[in-house]
Amino acid sequence: MMDMGKIQILGRNVRGGVVIAALCVAAVVLAAANLTIGAVDIPLHEVWNIISGTGSDNDVWELIITQSRLPLVATAALSGAALAIAGLLMQTLFNNPLADPSILGVSSGSSLGVAVVMLLLGGELGTLFGSTIGGYISILAGAMVGAAAILATLMLFSTLVRSGTILLIIGIMISFLASSFISLLNFFSTQEGVHSYVIWGLGNFSGVTNSSLPLFAIVTLLAIGWSMLLCKPLDALLLGNRYAESLGVNLRHTRNSLLLIAGLLTATVTAFCGPIGFIGLVVPHIARLLLNSSSHSILLPCTMLAGAVVALMCQLVSVLPASGMIPINAITPIVGVPIIIHIILNRNKIKYFN
Amino acid sequence: MQTTHSVLSASNLSIGYHSGNNAVTVMQDINLQLHSSRLTAMLGRNGIGKSTLLRTIAGAQPAIEGTVQLGGRNIGSYRPRELSRQMSLVYTDRTQAGGLTVRQLVSLGRYPHTGFFGRLGKHDRNVVTQSMAAAGIAHKETAFVAELSDGERQKAMIARALAQETPIMLLDEPTSFLDVASRIEVMTLLHRLAHDEHKAILLSTHDIAQALSLADELWVATHDHHILQGCTEDCILSGAVQQMFAHDGQNGIIFDTALGNFEIPLQATRGYTLRGDNPTLLRWIANALRRNGIAATGDAGTIIANTPTDITLTSQHTTHCTSIAELLAAITQ
Repeated sequence: MMDMGKIQILGRNVRGGVVIAALCVAAVVLAAANLTIGAVDIPLHEVWNIISGTGSDNDVWELIITQSRLPLVATAALSGAALAIAGLLMQTLFNNPLADPSILGVSSGSSLGVAVVMLLLGGELGTLFGSTIGGYISILAGAMVGAAAILATLMLFSTLVRSGTILLIIGIMISFLASSFISLLNFFSTQEGVHSYVIWGLGNFSGVTNSSLPLFAIVTLLAIGWSMLLCKPLDALLLGNRYAESLGVNLRHTRNSLLLIAGLLTATVTAFCGPIGFIGLVVPHIARLLLNSSSHSILLPCTMLAGAVVALMCQLVSVLPASGMIPINAITPIVGVPIIIHIILNRNKIKYFN
Repeated sequence: MQTTHSVLSASNLSIGYHSGNNAVTVMQDINLQLHSSRLTAMLGRNGIGKSTLLRTIAGAQPAIEGTVQLGGRNIGSYRPRELSRQMSLVYTDRTQAGGLTVRQLVSLGRYPHTGFFGRLGKHDRNVVTQSMAAAGIAHKETAFVAELSDGERQKAMIARALAQETPIMLLDEPTSFLDVASRIEVMTLLHRLAHDEHKAILLSTHDIAQALSLADELWVATHDHHILQGCTEDCILSGAVQQMFAHDGQNGIIFDTALGNFEIPLQATRGYTLRGDNPTLLRWIANALRRNGIAATGDAGTIIANTPTDITLTSQHTTHCTSIAELLAAITQ
């Protein structure tokens, strides 16, 4: 005989399991759809043949799948997962359900770093590295430095101001400041530099090629793996800083780790795909609503999967028109804004707000 | 009374905060002992430094001068994890814990005792179950924290502190947002925990009535920034409780030692002599007179109270009253 407690606990585990299984299925279906649908539609069985190594009679299709769509799908899934995890970490850390790399200006910081590399040093680096790994690393380093600078500034302010709302407003202001510097850089830059920067800024998962994919995957997966190790202090942080401290959490160490992970994830995605908004903000909420729980041991993996699913969905929508790709940043708000408004309007009924 | 010993002591402690290069002292020359098996209540005005003192004792804020000793060591020498096995805290902070169940919340109290991933063993789960039962929240085990009333939420936070299994528990105004019934429940719970589990429990509160009735010891933060410590009744009778507020004879708030509450001193223009056998009735008639600026002693007349519906007022002429409302009307007309 099982007692009530066990049944309840089992019930919760079952819900988590069902959500994760459903998200896995959704991710696989969306990945398959992204591989078949595009400027050229490729039949599913041909896609399967190409992936499984059997090969296809159509060399162009094989080229499209292996050189373009596979890295695209991998990039979209990894970026979505990375941004969603970064958003979740920042929401828990700043004790604010509206915290997110793009809202708090971390994305803008990364953009500024990239702008400095692309617009100021661009010509020089272009001739030095071209689109080699070295070039990507310099853009990545620029994004990382930019993100770190913003995060450090935010940390400084978060010790000075107690209110999460005030901190959010400061983040938005910093974001404007970064945008203003970017505009200045654009003003003094060459036309080609500006053009490539604007294209980058629209958001695009196809920027990662097979040569840079391994670097991208390693950095994002390592950072995501690291975040999974921090479930225990993250749960304690739900009670706020003072409670976490009284439970023995090393606040400084935990904060620094979380900011470093969030910064690394945001900077990596921003460097390769442009500043992509809303995924980091919305996906943790989707995961919490699906799970009906804020416990990070289940919330983190679920947020990661949901991030991948949402990104793959946006990517799929972006290739639906026959005439080229819609920028990702034109799609994410269409998915994100209604969900955020729903959450804000129903905040009294949503458990994790209270 | 149970055997007790000092578990934590402060000597020559000055507390405050650093503002730039200057140290701002909010309280000084504090010498205190916190005792096991006792419920200690800290009283004092807002802004006097009760929270600062709690934080300093909890090691969350450095002292400006002097030391806080715990287990023969300075509190500052403890690492966070070590300290979290000695002391648990309950604040009134807003949390994001609404999406956790009560069991998950209470399980967070096992944080200092679990390993890297926070997995709960059989012993940990038993402690969580016992803590919920001791705090009277076991029936809400599977409810979400968001679904709890304020009183239940506070009990859940106390259960979480209990699950930490620490000899010392500090609570910062644990009853401030609660209704009267919940206040009494929480205070009674804390008193029982101190006595049954031999914990040293310190709470700050503005609920004088509950503190005076249930606290074994008082720490009174005085208006001149000191702390007076003693057994509750000694503090009342020695005038220590009065020291919470500054007073100069006629002005200010005074502590009524007999009734155990604070009042603005009465400046009566006249008074009546009260007679009767029922002290409760006389007490409330005095209360009604007092509210109308009339003393319960004096030569303006005599009030003879037999029952609440049989009160006779004699001054120029005799009036029979069937309620206190009638008595007041007769006196103040």
